[in-house]
Amino acid sequence: MIYEPSIIAVLIFAAFVALTLGLSFYLGGKAKSSEGYFAAHGQIPWFVNGVAFAGDYLSAASFLGICGMIAFYGYDGFLYSIGFLAGWIVALFIIAEPMKKLGKFTFADALNARFQSPGIKIAAGISTLAVSVFYLIPQMVGAGVLVQPLLGLPHWAGVVIVGVTVILIVVTAGMVSTTWVQFLKGTLLVVFSTILTVLILQRGFTVPQTAEQTGLPEPIGPVNINYVYDMGFALPESVNRDAIDMSWDSHVVSLGEGEGKTYWSTVFLPNELDAEPSDAVLFLPAQTVKTLPDGTKLYNGKPLGKGEGEGQLQPVGYLSELPNGEEKSGPLGLFSFFTTMQNSKINLWSKKNIVEEGGAKVLVYYQKPTSGADVLRPGTHPKFAGIRSKSLIKKFDFLSLMLALFCGTASLPHILIRYYTVKDEASARKSTIVGIASIGGFYVLTLYLGLGAMTSGAMDVTNTNMAAPLLARSISETLFAIISAIAFTTVLGTVSGLILASAGAVAHDLLQNFSSKQYDDQELVKVAKIASVIVGAIAILLGILFEGMNVGYLVGWAFSVAASANLPSLVMLLFWSKTTKQGIITAILVGMISSLGWILLSADTYSSVYGIDASQSFIPFSQPGLVTIPLGFVTLVVVSLMTQPGEEQKPAEPATAS
Amino acid sequence: MTSHRPSPLALFLFCIYVVFYLGFMAISAFAPDLMTTIMPGGVNLAIAYGFGLIIAAFVLSAIYGMFSKSPETTSTKEGEE
Repeated sequence: MIYEPSIIAVLIFAAFVALTLGLSFYLGGKAKSSEGYFAAHGQIPWFVNGVAFAGDYLSAASFLGICGMIAFYGYDGFLYSIGFLAGWIVALFIIAEPMKKLGKFTFADALNARFQSPGIKIAAGISTLAVSVFYLIPQMVGAGVLVQPLLGLPHWAGVVIVGVTVILIVVTAGMVSTTWVQFLKGTLLVVFSTILTVLILQRGFTVPQTAEQTGLPEPIGPVNINYVYDMGFALPESVNRDAIDMSWDSHVVSLGEGEGKTYWSTVFLPNELDAEPSDAVLFLPAQTVKTLPDGTKLYNGKPLGKGEGEGQLQPVGYLSELPNGEEKSGPLGLFSFFTTMQNSKINLWSKKNIVEEGGAKVLVYYQKPTSGADVLRPGTHPKFAGIRSKSLIKKFDFLSLMLALFCGTASLPHILIRYYTVKDEASARKSTIVGIASIGGFYVLTLYLGLGAMTSGAMDVTNTNMAAPLLARSISETLFAIISAIAFTTVLGTVSGLILASAGAVAHDLLQNFSSKQYDDQELVKVAKIASVIVGAIAILLGILFEGMNVGYLVGWAFSVAASANLPSLVMLLFWSKTTKQGIITAILVGMISSLGWILLSADTYSSVYGIDASQSFIPFSQPGLVTIPLGFVTLVVVSLMTQPGEEQKPAEPATAS
Repeated sequence: MTSHRPSPLALFLFCIYVVFYLGFMAISAFAPDLMTTIMPGGVNLAIAYGFGLIIAAFVLSAIYGMFSKSPETTSTKEGEE
């Protein structure tokens, strides 16, 4: 697709950046001390903190990643919404209040409250950095993804713009400005998602009646399968030409030769023509990006452009059938939206790489009509398809991810540090409840936004991350500008939190325990600012390197590492009085290293990061949580039992109250 | 020093949610076809259960917020509601 840079989007985004930076410099004076810089003096009102939780937590993965996944695969993206929200239950009922009571600046403080051990601080500091950097990558990639269509700038420019803005926000006023940026972003995100949902429901669904509306050639057929050869279709090698049967369904076939070669996908229409069930076949037009051996790229067979003799990929996302053959559904309600969709048919798009004779590489995007009932159930996305199979291992992969999402939220350092910005445990609790309400509200909307995008006729087949902004564009250009600018600020809010968490870990957890020098308050703030710049620079670099990765996917990793490394220690410290410092240190390190190692050796990483054959991986399923989270707990218990202190050194047993 | 263990109410609500969440995961993983069952109101089980989990999180946290004026937190500082 060709995007026109949107001037309104640039203006809105620039206004937001100017506002946040202005606010940061204005608030900068309040953040001279450690107390102010890292914890905003513990004076953030609980309601503001609650909304800031939403601003901190609802990252590019939630807004862009989940909407994109729902828009292209249906319900599966919503599984992330469910898991991401469920994690807050752990945060509220188990972690929030003790975290506030025990800690001061970083969650390492809370872990260390009983032990005064440099080892715990160093281990927790390292895990904070590991998790935050993992979490930063998808945010920065998201920034790059957005800036290309919006400002017409290359990927790296978006990453640099976000990186520099965030570094300025964090360096000037630390937690004070970060909180207000997150508050503003959380509010905008929830409000505008609601507006968008109302507009989607009012618009309802429409089935395009002519090929012109979709910009694609007319489908061919349905024809009797026996005439397929006469029409000149070339079938792929894998199809058994003698046995014409249902295995032909959604195969990619080509028509014609040389320059004029086009690609189509086959759809069987059982019982529709006056023929035997498997005899009627329909050919739907596919879209192609062809790379010739000399490097020239052709879009749908033509050089990129909008003029005569030029081509581009057409926006997609249409219903092919509404219930009772209607053309338009008219305005829909919260429930009739789903019931209508359930009885409709939607053309979903997949892609496939084909190498033509002569060496041209063709990336074929082809459509596959899918029933609404299938779209609205889990297991359509290739990553989740395992739950519909009989393979237990594939089901484990799914359960493992859902466990990591559940356990991960309350283990994320950038979320935990928000607990130090309120004044007491009651405020910690209340702000978590406000957080759950705003985050939950947003996640309910993701299903409407994603499915609305799926049927908006505005999707870019090459870029799932653009689903939400493009959905807005199908309604109005101004809304597109606003939503894009909000998506951009989404990245700002989360990245500020992550960089601040990393800087806090460097200043409070690592530096003070590695060097013999005593740092005073002012120096610590200075160290944190330098650390922010360094972490920010690393984030910029990684954001450029990882261009093209799906942002939702990478966030899943960060949750797995956080849950495996941090949760066992946080929970056992609260529930098991025999926990020792050695137990905590080994549990953090074992959880972190095992989950990282598992991810780096998994089949998913083999194929999508290293680009090597996934079957070479010996890791049984790609998501580590199901193994590495229990491993963290076991490690903690075993090591703690081995290192029980003698009676005299035993730390004072907390008396049981309440 | 006071105990940092969550209150019995918190643990009770936590367990309710965990059971509810586990139910969703078990159906998704081991009986995925059940998810297409149409519920009263017309939506399928996947959507009803998914929305149910989000609403349950909110309802449980609201209950917790209402009933946990626990002495250890209110005695020390004045709330700012």
